[in-house]
Amino acid sequence: MAEAAIELKGISKNFGSVRANRDIDLKIAPGTIHGIIGENGAGKSTLMSILYGFYQADRGEIFVNGERAVIHASNDAIARGIGMVHQHFMLVHNFTVLENVILGAEGEPLLKTSIAKARSELERLERDYGLEVDPDAVIEDLPVGLQQRVEILKALFRGADILILDEPTGVLTPAEAEHLFRILRQLKDEGKTIVLITHKLREIMAVTDNVSVMRQGALVATRKTEETTVEELAELMVGRRVLLRVEKGDAHPGDFVLSVKNLTVEDMRGVKMVDDVSLDVRAGEIVGIAGVAGNGQTELLETITGMRKAVSGTVTLDGAPVELTGEADPTDLRRRGMAHVPEDRHNMGLVLPFEENENAILGYHWQDKYVNGPFLDIEAIRRDAQEKIEKYDIRPTDARLKTANFSGGNQQKIVLAREMEQDPKVLIVGQPTRGVDVGAIEFIHKRLIDMRDQGKAVLLVSVELDEIRSLSDRILVMFAGRIVGERGPDATEGELGLLMAGVEEKEAAE
Amino acid sequence: MDLFNTLVLLLDSTVRLSVPLLFAALAGLYSERSGVFDIGLEGKMLAGAFAAGAAAAVSGSAWVGLMAAVLVSVFMALVHGFASITHRGNQIVSGVAINFIAAGSTIILGQAWFSQGGRTPLVGAAGRFGAIHLPFADALSGVPVLGPLYSQLLSGHSLLVYLAFLLVPFTWWVLFRTRFGLRLRAVGENPAAVDTAGISVQWLRYRAVICTGVLTGLAGTYLALAQNAGFVKDMTAGRGFIALAALIFAKWRPVPVMFACLLFGFLDAFSIRIQGTPLPLIGRVPVQFMQALPYILTVVLLAGFIGRAIPPRAGGVPYVKER
Repeated sequence: MAEAAIELKGISKNFGSVRANRDIDLKIAPGTIHGIIGENGAGKSTLMSILYGFYQADRGEIFVNGERAVIHASNDAIARGIGMVHQHFMLVHNFTVLENVILGAEGEPLLKTSIAKARSELERLERDYGLEVDPDAVIEDLPVGLQQRVEILKALFRGADILILDEPTGVLTPAEAEHLFRILRQLKDEGKTIVLITHKLREIMAVTDNVSVMRQGALVATRKTEETTVEELAELMVGRRVLLRVEKGDAHPGDFVLSVKNLTVEDMRGVKMVDDVSLDVRAGEIVGIAGVAGNGQTELLETITGMRKAVSGTVTLDGAPVELTGEADPTDLRRRGMAHVPEDRHNMGLVLPFEENENAILGYHWQDKYVNGPFLDIEAIRRDAQEKIEKYDIRPTDARLKTANFSGGNQQKIVLAREMEQDPKVLIVGQPTRGVDVGAIEFIHKRLIDMRDQGKAVLLVSVELDEIRSLSDRILVMFAGRIVGERGPDATEGELGLLMAGVEEKEAAE
Repeated sequence: MDLFNTLVLLLDSTVRLSVPLLFAALAGLYSERSGVFDIGLEGKMLAGAFAAGAAAAVSGSAWVGLMAAVLVSVFMALVHGFASITHRGNQIVSGVAINFIAAGSTIILGQAWFSQGGRTPLVGAAGRFGAIHLPFADALSGVPVLGPLYSQLLSGHSLLVYLAFLLVPFTWWVLFRTRFGLRLRAVGENPAAVDTAGISVQWLRYRAVICTGVLTGLAGTYLALAQNAGFVKDMTAGRGFIALAALIFAKWRPVPVMFACLLFGFLDAFSIRIQGTPLPLIGRVPVQFMQALPYILTVVLLAGFIGRAIPPRAGGVPYVKER
């Protein structure tokens, strides 16, 4: 057998008291796509950052193509032919594609000749790998899918034979992700070695040859992809059996709680983002809105929750209208029983530098139980936060910890705990499990079903079709701002996929 | 013809007055483009002026003065770098500290060394950067219109004036046509991109603040040894801040920086010119108003006319590798 492209022996790394990587041994065969899967915080990114020279391992050795490699900084890794596509792109937003590609690999002190050389090299790479991007386009004008291509081109331009991709599909639409996978397979055929870090089981099954599973800093197993199953991998990731399909009883819908009638919303340019949408949510049911990201779901949520101005239409909450001027009083809406888990928890759901207990009451801080005359009742707030931490299994269990130090899944649980514990009439949830690990997804899904069974009306928007299908009692599909179809929970993926792609009802029926 | 002569004189002093602004603003450009904000331009310029005055007074040589100014100013820039790059301190606090240190220490050292109330002894002609007369300046001065323009406006300045204006295209060339410039601009926008490309963010930023130090040293030298014949306490008189205003005004671009400095230099020259002379309709304008005009103009223009000045995205933020 050929030398391993990468071999790690006994890699360990601690951050303070956190053991991010524990004694990791890993071999990656050349010319393969090797998946590394694990929950958030399992140590995947840390391991790859050590390989790329971003961090130094406390112990352990790295071998690249059979040779022992000492990697102190990124340029050591680059010199060994290792390239990395980071989860958050390492691009300069106001530079052109070409400038970004040559940055750090200019060759000579003056740009003129290096740019000319890079241009022809870039054109060759784009042609060879089907990675078309305009070399003179400015990064901030490009959609994320193309920005990612630039990252791949950057690595290839530096002569990378081993390409590490850290959660590459987090920002991509399903179609873009599919295109990426095609590119990865092509790179593999050219003899490149690819390491794919992800927490999405589906991607591992779709594209990898081998897969290694990480859990709590340790590498727990390596399998040939064709010899394993989604269930086995999920179990290895969380260390116990995971229900990928939520168990739930029948819904018992009651009165109409939330009604949206002929709602139309335009963006700043006057383009219709929500086009004549009507929907009802009854107490005790979950209505799911499926759709590819960017088809008006965000605008719909923001309008219903009073943050965005509507052009026409009405929204009624428990019989009374919701102000649609874009300046509705959020406290008033909360008093009337509307709870909202926003899509973007970092910018809208949480104040990351705040302590956990402060975020746990944000927006509800005016309530009698949290105040003492004009002052906040710190004792009560912390006690309350601690209760939620236990009830929602938020880890670490420290209510005084800065929110930014919680993992994505736990941050989401903080938001959910805050909104669900207010005993709302209607719960509006956007992307409840975006960037959340498998264990937490299961928990969040169960809590949503609980809310339904307690007789709350739940409006769920998600781009994860599996999530919509397993939670919803009714599924609405949104495309180009309109609701293009309604289906029951037993609708097939293919059927919904066609609707999501904008294929008309009649055609879909054929 | 009288009006024309007045105008030429006015433009001539505009050029002279805008030179220290231009050195300082270009100095700030290097640092801020790399993501290190620098409100210590004033202090570095002042320290440079003192060093230039002191060294020239002692040695009698303008070039020794210039070297001393650059060394002192670079040293202070490195202090700012050490605080804000190596130790990731607050760049504004560090810059303010530099300004105070310069304001205080120049007076104390000046008094201790020369006992002239904080000023340095006057230097002779050899200790100054004198005027350079371009060829045929005298011969051509009689030619109508072009003559005065050439002999008054273009000719008769010190070496540093020509250097300052040559630095404008040079800075543009460095910034947009060299590897160093590409990396400098990149590190001011997204240092993580530079780091992952295998380049040291810290070393790059240090080189940028060294450039700043050299240029503020030149600004100080100009004040002490070209515009004057020695150091006078507080002789920068807020020029470091006006230069900063010019830099923002010009959106951190070299050529607009030059025009902004010329504009502020013109206002300065104009205010000196009309001091005490009543203007038609308005009457006598208080000097203080004219002195405040650059700042007022910056606020007004930035507020409405030239659009938002967007600073380098990573400006003011120390680079920390994310976990």
